[in-house]
Amino acid sequence: MIAETRTACFESLTLDCGETLAPVEVAYETYGQLNAARSNAICICHALTGDAHAAGISHADGKPGWWDSMIGPGKAFDTDKYFVVCSNVLGGCRGTTGPSSPNAATGKPYALAFPVITIPDMVRLQRMLIERLGIERLLAVTGGSMGGMQALQWAAAYPEAVVSAIPIATTARHSAQQIAFNEVGRQAIMADLDWNDGNYYDSNPPARGLAVARMVGHITYMSDESMREKFGRRLRDKETFGFDFSVDFEVESYLRYRGTQFVSRFDANSYLYITKAMDYFDLANGTGSLANAFRSGNTRFLAISFTSDWLYPSYQLVEVVQALRSMNRDVAYCELPSNYGHDAFLVDVGEQTEVVRGFLAATFKARA
Amino acid sequence: MPASAETRRKPFVRDILGRSDFAIIGELVEPDSRVLDLGCGEGELLQWLAENKHVEGRGIEIDGPKVQRAIARGVSVYQGDIDEGLSGFPDASFDYIILSQTLQETRRPLAVLQEMLRVGRHAIVAFPNFGHWSVRLAMLWHGRAPRTKCFPHDWYNSPNIHFLTIRDFETLARGQGWTVDRKIFTSGQRVGTFLANLMAETAVFLVRR
Repeated sequence: MIAETRTACFESLTLDCGETLAPVEVAYETYGQLNAARSNAICICHALTGDAHAAGISHADGKPGWWDSMIGPGKAFDTDKYFVVCSNVLGGCRGTTGPSSPNAATGKPYALAFPVITIPDMVRLQRMLIERLGIERLLAVTGGSMGGMQALQWAAAYPEAVVSAIPIATTARHSAQQIAFNEVGRQAIMADLDWNDGNYYDSNPPARGLAVARMVGHITYMSDESMREKFGRRLRDKETFGFDFSVDFEVESYLRYRGTQFVSRFDANSYLYITKAMDYFDLANGTGSLANAFRSGNTRFLAISFTSDWLYPSYQLVEVVQALRSMNRDVAYCELPSNYGHDAFLVDVGEQTEVVRGFLAATFKARA
Repeated sequence: MPASAETRRKPFVRDILGRSDFAIIGELVEPDSRVLDLGCGEGELLQWLAENKHVEGRGIEIDGPKVQRAIARGVSVYQGDIDEGLSGFPDASFDYIILSQTLQETRRPLAVLQEMLRVGRHAIVAFPNFGHWSVRLAMLWHGRAPRTKCFPHDWYNSPNIHFLTIRDFETLARGQGWTVDRKIFTSGQRVGTFLANLMAETAVFLVRR
């Protein structure tokens, strides 16, 4: 399956902070065919550093999509049956308008002149894209981590447009611990002198700071057990300690590699804006209680968490599920066993595939 | 029981999916109702009720692999513990709450039953009868914790922690002021109410507050 990223352009988008962005571009990919009744569309929402290229092989660089294990012919999101859409989030740096995009007023990149965005802003823009594609109602909206926040936001804000939602390894609001890790990442970026208050687009980007942010992120995506299995205390290309501060351990080598690799594909300012949007997200905000966020509509829910995910622990989704139950909503929930930590929704997809496939088939049969 | 036109048309259902308690529950549940099945396993009963009685079903099950298989078959099941699992539901949000062959496994059976009657308009409770003659005989004869067809486990690895008889349940219902609308007893096949506590291996009660 060869995938090509396309771009949709919109005149303007009004944001939660009160400002208006104009114009706004959205990068997106689609897989499969929209049926005649337009009832088989699924919206995939990506996590912090993802992009529109969710599945198939990229026409541009030959790389597989970030959720290729879940999306494709015969897979959980079966492109023989469903029409799948994935777009890069607002504030991103992979084709959708963000801080690295040119500001129409100045002709230069926005940098910190880019307004602060929220998860509801991201979803508002996604909805404009979905409508542009001629889809009134989504059979499902889904995603893991920040993608799951967007799925929950979709269901809360546009229940009439969402037949089912599948939030995975996510939360309705960041805990202090989650905010804390994001803040460490932001501080690493802003402490890098190359950051230069966000104005680095015609000089060196804050590569060291962004790499450190990514290293911290990677630690939180794994589990104690998966790191022990993957690296243990093994040394990297040496028999004894170097007695210096070069790379000794495999895990150091891995984190450094991941950090530097990340810098070539991600914008530091986007990292600041998107992590802030995640920290601001609180579905209960403005409605009094989490249950209140789901007071209308008849969206079905399938919530999935993972046993070893300590970044988005199961109790956070259980809280969402309890809120849904208190509103008499149709909700299924399971905690899947995995050693892979938060990364499980990306890399340990065997059981996830079975539950998603069954849930979607039943939803399609009953409601489409 | 007077045979209505409908029951005459339908053949007598001895079991559904190999279980006689499912057949009885299938008979008790009104079509198009809302049903919550506690300890629903892989969701077989809920799926049967949805397909045959257009029931809107939900389940609670603690065993992860069973929950996964239930969701994979399209049933909305929540992975959790029924001893605490009902607290989030509003009053009278279901027509029926089913507890099949699980009451004797709960830590606080009375609290579970009270919660069932808060959340559901009716409770359907099926349980193995500890008063059956085979249990009494096994106890009397061998002087050991009974192991019978309905209670096949050794005492040290049995999931059953609260044993009860039909008479025990009726006494509790009377004491709590619950109304028993139907009671059905089986021992391989259906048996009458006469000496039920001695003759029935399984009891199914339809109860309301």
